[in-house]
Amino acid sequence: MKILVCISKTPDTTAKIAFTDNNTKFNEAGVQFIINPYDEWYALVRALELKETVGADVHLITVGGADCEPIIRKALALGGDEAFRINADSADSYYIAAQIAAHAKEKQYDIIFTGKETIDYNGSGIGGMVAELLDLPYVSIAAKFDLNGTKATINREIEGGEEICEVSLPVVVSCQKGMAEARIPNMRGIMAARTKPLAVVEPVAADTLTSVVSFELPPAKAGVKMISPDNVAELVKLLHEEAKVI
Amino acid sequence: MSILIFADQTQGKIKKAALEAVQYGSKIAAQLGTTATALVLGPADDTELAALGNYGATKVLHAADARLHEVESTVYTKIITEAAAKENAIVVIFPHNFDGKAIAPRVAARLKAGLVAGAVSYPDTSNGFVVKKSVFSGKAFANINIVSEKKVISLIPNTYPAVAGSGTATVEAFAPAINDADFKVKVVKVETVSGDIPLTEAEIIVSGGRGMKGPENWGMLEDLAKALGAATASSRPVADSGWRPHHEHVGQTGLTVRPNLYIAIGISGAIQHLAGVNGSKVIVVVNKDPEAPFFKAADYGIVGDAFEVVPKLTEAVKAFKGKG
Repeated sequence: MKILVCISKTPDTTAKIAFTDNNTKFNEAGVQFIINPYDEWYALVRALELKETVGADVHLITVGGADCEPIIRKALALGGDEAFRINADSADSYYIAAQIAAHAKEKQYDIIFTGKETIDYNGSGIGGMVAELLDLPYVSIAAKFDLNGTKATINREIEGGEEICEVSLPVVVSCQKGMAEARIPNMRGIMAARTKPLAVVEPVAADTLTSVVSFELPPAKAGVKMISPDNVAELVKLLHEEAKVI
Repeated sequence: MSILIFADQTQGKIKKAALEAVQYGSKIAAQLGTTATALVLGPADDTELAALGNYGATKVLHAADARLHEVESTVYTKIITEAAAKENAIVVIFPHNFDGKAIAPRVAARLKAGLVAGAVSYPDTSNGFVVKKSVFSGKAFANINIVSEKKVISLIPNTYPAVAGSGTATVEAFAPAINDADFKVKVVKVETVSGDIPLTEAEIIVSGGRGMKGPENWGMLEDLAKALGAATASSRPVADSGWRPHHEHVGQTGLTVRPNLYIAIGISGAIQHLAGVNGSKVIVVVNKDPEAPFFKAADYGIVGDAFEVVPKLTEAVKAFKGKG
């Protein structure tokens, strides 16, 4: 069994969001970068659980510059076996998916896990695009993944509930909360990660179909209007007359 | 040339987010001097299909094939791209809901179309094809230029509320070239909570946090929600403690919601929670702790004990509705 986990570098959840260069670049000053939480807590850990229960080689892939290596090393420290960094910078999901698909085509994985989205671009696009480029089935926003031989049973979130589906491997799955319990790397894992293979691979030719023109911050809130707990009727009145939401 | 909109249905009823997408697509069609075609897959009756004309579609393609009852991304992609070719669509639009997130990226890859997932604006075509989208979990926006000839956009629900007009659409049966082997993922069971308003479509949400102290106290929030015609939700610790089901969990690891009104009771407002609700138009926070960070993101705030404030608020809402 071979599993590929797609890893993205994102700013920490609590990072202050600001932009530079006339609002065309994310301001990285003072920002800590982490593995995209959905990639780490759910996609990677579920892959590691499968490695422990049914046996699997867990490969990691990221598309990005050398600054992605600390997070890939962390993913190795958690238990990944081998890592691949596609040496390219791009924010376009099609370009990134094309790189992952080219790698996966060569290596023939049984399962490709991604997070349900990244917490920076929130595109939720990579899984579906990789599946399409490889002509594989795709199950999105999965909360549970069970394996029985070469058949997977997956719980997928839908509006107001869940859908339980079955699919034969190989499959691409995007993961959310529920898939696995987050882990932290231990010292043995950290030491072992230093010697695990991390291959730097040059990108394949692929088109970039979108580009970021600029960023902007939402308009500042006018500030909270406090209402006395003894006068809740005033709140109802404001919600009707001022905010016009009831 | 046309604009194609994927209008998803549930149990034969077109979803609210899909009506918004149809309206959005028809306005883009007008902007580009073309027409909008809505595509409905699976069961839907004629009244429901024709009603899409009220939201600006001039044509509705309907593939009634019973096998399309549930969404299967492989086969849906095949059908949508076939419809896009038939209609000569230059832009394909999806609602940015669970179905849209599952299918839009596949369709984009198949059409080799640039994707803007989570759009919150109409395209600016003055210099390229620039669409604003939500990024950094709602903490910022990015203006994205789609440079490919074909384009795919998914629209965040509740961005442009659907308003029915008086347009009409012709409904055309559509028989896509699919066979059983195209269905790769088999749905064996669907578990939905019947009767509830799906949170992602709710206009008003009453949400409770740890400050509610226990699941036995939720009746109070349900009463308030009922008076307002709202859906109920919860913060992560509440879902993690099993006080409320996971599908009600709102926040970074749960659902992202954008109601007109979000009322947070006993939720302190951690950044992860805000990431799921900061697209709400109006936020009301009720919390005992005047230092709760949520007050900074709120429009209206009450510092007080939920157990005293909520019943009073419910009564005030009932009194207001009685008058209205």
